[in-house]
Parts: sequence; structure tokens; C-alpha cells
Amino acid sequence: MSHSEKAAIFNKNEAKVNWHDKALWYVREKRDNAAHGVKGWEYLRDTASKIKGNVLSNLDNYLIEFEANALKNGIKVHWASDAKEHNSIVHKIVKEHNAKKVVKSKSMLTEECHLNPYLESKNIEVVDTDLGEYIVQIAKETPSHIVLPAIHKTKEEVDELFQEHLGTKPSNGNPEYLTNEARKHLRNKFLQADVAITGVNFAIAETGGFVVCTNEGNADMGAHLAPVHIACMGIEKIIPKEEHLGVFLRLLARSATGQPITTYSSHFNKPAKGKELHIVIVDNGRTEQLSREDFRSSLHCIRCGACMNTCPIYRRSGGHSYDATIPGPIGSILSPGKDLTKHSSLPFASTLCGSCSNVCPVKINIHEQLYKWRQLIVKDVKQPVVKKTILKITGKILKNRTSYNLVGKSARFMLKYAPRFMVYSKLNAWGKARELPKVKTQNFDDWYKAKRKNNE
Amino acid sequence: MRVGLFIPCYINQLYPQVAIATLELLEKLNVDVYYPSTQTCCGQPLGNSGYEEDSKGACQLFVENFAAYDYIVGPSGSCIYHVKKHFDIIEQTPDVVKVRNNAFELCEFIVKVLGKTDLGASFPHKVGLHKSCHGLRGLHLGSCSERMDPYYSTEEDLLNNVKGLELMQLNRADECCGFGGTFSVFEEAVSVKMGKDKIQDHLDNGVEVITGADHSCLMHLEGLINRDNKPLKVMHIAEILNSTI
Repeated sequence: MSHSEKAAIFNKNEAKVNWHDKALWYVREKRDNAAHGVKGWEYLRDTASKIKGNVLSNLDNYLIEFEANALKNGIKVHWASDAKEHNSIVHKIVKEHNAKKVVKSKSMLTEECHLNPYLESKNIEVVDTDLGEYIVQIAKETPSHIVLPAIHKTKEEVDELFQEHLGTKPSNGNPEYLTNEARKHLRNKFLQADVAITGVNFAIAETGGFVVCTNEGNADMGAHLAPVHIACMGIEKIIPKEEHLGVFLRLLARSATGQPITTYSSHFNKPAKGKELHIVIVDNGRTEQLSREDFRSSLHCIRCGACMNTCPIYRRSGGHSYDATIPGPIGSILSPGKDLTKHSSLPFASTLCGSCSNVCPVKINIHEQLYKWRQLIVKDVKQPVVKKTILKITGKILKNRTSYNLVGKSARFMLKYAPRFMVYSKLNAWGKARELPKVKTQNFDDWYKAKRKNNE
Repeated sequence: MRVGLFIPCYINQLYPQVAIATLELLEKLNVDVYYPSTQTCCGQPLGNSGYEEDSKGACQLFVENFAAYDYIVGPSGSCIYHVKKHFDIIEQTPDVVKVRNNAFELCEFIVKVLGKTDLGASFPHKVGLHKSCHGLRGLHLGSCSERMDPYYSTEEDLLNNVKGLELMQLNRADECCGFGGTFSVFEEAVSVKMGKDKIQDHLDNGVEVITGADHSCLMHLEGLINRDNKPLKVMHIAEILNSTI
């Protein structure tokens, strides 16, 4: 199903759309307030964008530098070219420790690699410990947003889910009660875990360490309790020096949730005594994206989700309508790079309003890349015959004034004289909820000829 | 100063009153205006749909029609943005470069090139300004709520000088209306919902007339207003700036 079909289904429940829109707009407003508090915000965005540009131009060197320093610190480094290799590396480590229980802190990379179903198929229990992630996990769904994974669920829906899965009492969606119950449940999971898996927000080439940002402290709970910590990172998560962290940490939390700083920015530099620390560095299509000049800056992304919160289409179509690990504007650039045919409708799920590019803390020109993808998709993916024919003919009409005049006149004639049932047929998507313009007797050409004869 | 008047295809055919207001306004400001009679369209509907290859003929024709003028002025931020931003698909001859550099949206031309903001208009109504995305974020006709820049608005500079006009505040002053060219058809459900929300914002803030510098957005909003019989009128900013009592 295309994005528009899924979005149309989501829009059948207008009250839910309004709620979803308002919830995310609230975050966007919080972000605006937080950004206003930083003098030189635009300068900070410029700086972050330049650092990322430098990273992408020297990615190989920074990765090698990172590996050497991480190894020196006693971290075990693994390389995975794709999702399959990533999953089998993680499984191998888990198996070596005879581990049966894994706690995971939110990581979009492991979502992208479908790590959970893979480990579960090997009889390993995986528990997502971020509250939102945990909610979608027990609902057997995927995250609909990268920072607010359960934003598509109301607290009443969560109440029902918890009654079913955790045996909680009906609380009419009391967030405090529900959070406390989840906390008690997850605390046991942390205590029993053999392995903790986390994502990586920033890996620092200069030090060989990395930073994980969470608001619930769940990455720390997992990593500090379990004897083995596996951190999974995409190759683009590298930054050159520790001093650059200040730029990104200031931008990340404000862009994501409007907080001045994420509650926990945890630095991992080496394994604790008697414990193991692994890092899996994953490509999975990223070097291919890097090779596409028009789209390479999409790898600047620090996964703050600001483009989703600001996107009027995302807010009114819900994350699941994108049918991709990363939904919204940035996902609509990243996903076609992985599977052009499957995701061919995503670059069209935008009015190209440009709000995403303006809000992006690392200045990715998102809407311009969406426009570029459209040109490639039309060439490389089979298009609906009607759409293709209409647009090709339009191209021919517009190069010539005589045909343009003729079509203009007949269209106006149709709009003026054709019976309503013909004009407002099923084929007319415009007219489903909108009136067509009321046509005047003259067009501007006619008027001009009559009134301004002496001009050209 | 010779100015070539660019009238976007849909304005020519469906909204001649907008084109007339644009022409009259420029004439009132003593601009030497010419209307090249073989113009068609900037090619944007094709480009935005992924068919920019098929729009090259339209782009060439545009350049042929307008290369001779010092400025090209049109009452549509979106079309002007397309000329400036996407005409890189044809060979960059001196004519093409000249046309791209000298293309101006109407308000921008009046404020920045002519240096005027008080046009002597009067329009005693409560007006809501729809800041169209391509004009706002593409042509920088004003500051955007996402960016931390000093506040400015080219259209507001003009509207604030219209006698009797009361410019109403909106809750989401620069959110997209959901038109988006062929988006309005291929993503019908979301497009309509966005438009409905936009209209509600104007209604909630006591607006009588919605205006803007891009009639394509206004066409979308007007379609919804007329279907739902909402107590709102839609007028292009050129019509308001050209009005007198």
C-alpha cells in the first residue's frame, strides 16, 4: 500500500488525527522555545553541519582511528556490512555467554536490522526497556516515531495493553500509575539480564569512546547491571573529537523534545572490571547512500525527530503510514536508497514546504532531496499509466502556445458547462471534498487583447 | 525599466482578476509593463511530480519569452521559486541566468526593487495572511517560525500600510495549507485535512478574508471553503493592494 492509501485510512478517524497532530505540534513548540533560548542557534546548526560534512568526507579515516582507540581501551570492535551480518555478530556474542535474556535500550539501528525477531527465533528473550519502545513491543507493533515510538497510542490504549500484558488494574489511563507499573516490571528484567544492547548517539574517533543519550536512564541500567554490553552503531555516528560533543548535545535534546539537555548523556569509554564491552559498526547501505552525491548529506542525521514533529503531513498521517523504520521527511530520503520500489511513494508524501529543512539541526536539505528522488523514481520505477500519460502530454502542451490556448479554452468550457455529476466523478480526487474554481467568461489573454491592444 | 509580466497558467485561465490586479498595480506604480503573449507555464507541475525532463520545453519557452526584460514579475511565489530554483535542468546560457536572477514575486518586487510599501490602497476588513511555503521558505519573503532569525515579512509590510485593514494573528502562522501541486490530488486525504485545519485557524482568529501571494494555495482553500460554506472570502494580495474605496 502506498503512503497516500495508508494515510487515507488513518484520516478516517479525524479525532485521532487531531490528537496526533496536537501532541506533535506541542513538541514542535517546545523545540522552538528551547531553540530561542540559545544565542547563535543558526550558527550552531551551521557548525554541526560542517562537522558532519567533514566526517562524511573522511569517514574511512575516522572509523579506523576510532577502532584503534577503542581497541586500546579494551573494547571489542566488530564490523558488519549489512543487517544480516550485524544480527549474526550480536547472536554470536550472546551465544558465547550462554545468554538467554537481553535488555535493549532504544536503538533505531537494531530496529532497522530487525534484531528482535532474529534473536527471538533463536530462543532469546529481548526486552525493549525504553517505555515507548516497550509499549509498541508488547503491542506487537513497530515504533511510529524515532524519539516518541508510541506517540500513535493514547494513554487509554496503553492502559488496556498493560492490563492484558502486565495484569495492571484499570486506571482510566493514569500515566503515573502506568509508568510505575512498567518501571517495576522492567526493573526485574534489568536485574535478570545477561546482555545489554544499546545504540550509539555519538562515537568519538579521538578517544574511541561513545555516548548514549536516554531520558529514562535505561541504557545505564542495562549496561551497568549486565556482564556484557553490546553497542550497535551506524558508520555515520562518528564525530572527530570530544570537543565536538558540545555542539551536538546542545542541538539534539532541544530539537528532539525541547529539553535543554537529555536527562542521561552516558559516556562509555572502556569495559568495567570483569565485564565485556563490544561495539558493532554497521554499514547496511550507508556507503551506497554516501556515494549518491545528491543524497549523501542525509547521513548527517542525528535522529532527533524534529523533521517529523514539524512535518504537517507526518502529523496528519501517522508514522506507520510510511511503512519504514525511519518515518517522516528524513525517512523518505533514506528509505528509497534501500529499496526504491517499495518506498517509491514516500518522496511524494510531502508538499515540499521546506519546514523540515529549516528545523533540521544539522541542516539537511530534506525537501530538496525529496524533489530529487521524485525525478529518479519516475525514471526507475514503473509509474501508473494514467499519471504518466497525463504528465507527459502536459509537458508537450506547455511547450507550445497554440496547444496551451486550446487546452486552456476547453478546460474552462468543461468547468463552466459540463454537468456536475461529470465533473465531480470518482476520477476527480480534487472534487471529493473541494469545489473547483468558478470560471469567468474571459481568461486574462482575452481581457488583455481587449484592453491593452497597444502592448506586445 | 522594462518589466515582463508573468501570469501563471492557472491564473490566466481561472483567475483573470488576479492577473488584472497585478497589471494595474504595476501600472499605478509607473512600471513599464509588457505581457509576452506566447508565455505558457513555468513547468512546476511537471517538476514537482518527478517529470522535470518533460518540462524542459516549457522552461525554454519561458526563457525565450522573458529574456529581453530587466525584470520578470509574477503574482505567484511558487512559480517564481521554480524558475529560480529548478531551471538548472536546461543549459545555463546567459539568457537563462539572466531570467533566473531577475525573476521576482510581486510583493518582493514592490518592496525590494521599487522600495515602496504604502501603495495607497484601502480595504477595511479583517484579513488573515496565508504565508505560502515556496514564497516564505523558498524566496525568503519573510522569517520562518522554525528559524531563529529576526522577524520580518514582505507581505505584512505591504498589508500594514493598507488603510482600514486589520491583520489578524494566527495560531500556526506559517504552516503549510496542504496544496502542494499534484500532492493535492495524489495525497487527497492529508491535503484536505491540512486545508481544513488551516481554514479553522483563520476562523478561530476572526478572519473575514484570507489573502496570500500565491493563488494556488488560495485555490485549494477556496475549494474547501465553498464546499463547506464557511464564512470566509479568498483574495490574492494583488487584489487587496489594488483596491480603493
